[in-house]
Amino acid sequence: MMTRIATLLTTVLLGTAAMAEDIKLAVTTSFENSGLADVLLPAIKEDLDLDVQLLVVGTGQALRLGQAGDVDAILVHSRTAEEKFVAEGHGTYRREIMYNDFVFIGPKEDPAGVAKAGSAAEALKRIGVVKPAFVSRGDDSGTHKKEIALWRAADLAPDTFGDWYREVGAGMGASLNTAAGLDAYVLADRASWLNFGNKADLDLLYAGDAALFNQYAFLAVNPEKHAHVRNDLAVQLEDWLTSPRAAELINGYTINGETLFIFNAKPE
Amino acid sequence: MNDILEGLVSAFWLVVTFDTDLMQISLRSLQVSLSALVIASVIALPLGTFLAIRRFRYRRLTISLLNALMGLPPVVVGLIVYILLSRSGPFGVLGLLFTPTAMIIAQVIIITPLIASITHQAMRELWAEYHDLLISLNTSGWQRIKTLIWDGRRNLLTASLAGFGRAIGEVGAIMIVGGNIDNATRVLTTAIALETGKGDFALALALGFVLIALAIGINISIHWLSRTEREGRW
Repeated sequence: MMTRIATLLTTVLLGTAAMAEDIKLAVTTSFENSGLADVLLPAIKEDLDLDVQLLVVGTGQALRLGQAGDVDAILVHSRTAEEKFVAEGHGTYRREIMYNDFVFIGPKEDPAGVAKAGSAAEALKRIGVVKPAFVSRGDDSGTHKKEIALWRAADLAPDTFGDWYREVGAGMGASLNTAAGLDAYVLADRASWLNFGNKADLDLLYAGDAALFNQYAFLAVNPEKHAHVRNDLAVQLEDWLTSPRAAELINGYTINGETLFIFNAKPE
Repeated sequence: MNDILEGLVSAFWLVVTFDTDLMQISLRSLQVSLSALVIASVIALPLGTFLAIRRFRYRRLTISLLNALMGLPPVVVGLIVYILLSRSGPFGVLGLLFTPTAMIIAQVIIITPLIASITHQAMRELWAEYHDLLISLNTSGWQRIKTLIWDGRRNLLTASLAGFGRAIGEVGAIMIVGGNIDNATRVLTTAIALETGKGDFALALALGFVLIALAIGINISIHWLSRTEREGRW
């Protein structure tokens, strides 16, 4: 009996294979949910023979991972937090890669009349007046930070809101699921929304204000702080992400015919 | 209801088409949880038996602690293991974070108290039966533990399988220490969490059914290998 179990176990356990060069990159949930990674990663593997291991977390946690040296580089979208990261010496600089935009999602009936708003601030003011259910990420992610900034721009303070303002403390997908269940308003990035499978009675209500643009930047972890990080690979990856080939793939990526990301990296 | 049906259908297709991603993820799930099971059993079975036969000062306290630790929240274990293994933590130099090894460590911590507690319960009764015999034969402590483990192996199997069940269905800890990296640390449970997040309930459910089937399969095959519940044997 024991020998048979032992044989079975060894066959199962000896499954670890050796891997090529790999780099750990912390990215935001919105980037992963967009599906762009599925296009870029195979191309990176082909061009650089580099396995990019994605850690999909909120921007807050991504920056923490970079600070601790647990990843080699991060790709996030929260300018103030990124600049603080660089100022504290965890990274040497930030490199802008591309942008997409945020959109207001809500119930098709649109009780607050967000669709008729003229600007992002006006859309939020309308929500603040009618007080329909509103789902907030509440997880210190880039999207959450953006949402807070937008409320401030509309002269409203989310911490004074009542029960209708629900902080779920979850990723973009989970928040959209909650919004679908509650028939609530939610701020999402366009890519996650288009790729989201459980739309229920929700619809895209407002988009297009320049305040809703969402800039992604690449930050390599400072090798002087963490000697073990693969800065050489991070630099290779950065060069690739800012190359014409990446531009072509990023600009050419569409869902249902809609372009999601616009490449805007400047050559050094 | 429709979602569940769709889930069953796509689970069926994933399995019959030998979807490579699914195979890889399932194998990794098995690899992590079975490794954790073996390591935890090696620690917990002798420990539980020892607690059943030896009387020492803080025995009662140890047993209560062990019982309490059965309910250890996986997220907390994950967080602690994460902090210990992080590059800025005490074991950071090992570079184990976000590897299957880190996931195995977390699961061992989660299931060892469970296996040890069930072992202790089962062994206490067996020890009551064997006590006089083993004492009169003037056996050493280690010989007693070995005898009890061997004769109580059916019960211990149940203890181990309970541990395995908790390990393979666990998501909180391995999500934190493994990071759910595609092709490196993604397992069935973290993949299910990911697909749910994308709103793809059919695929998430399909993976869920595969996970349940896997757990049943492992249980049946271990029973078969160890020939329990058969005619002519107890």
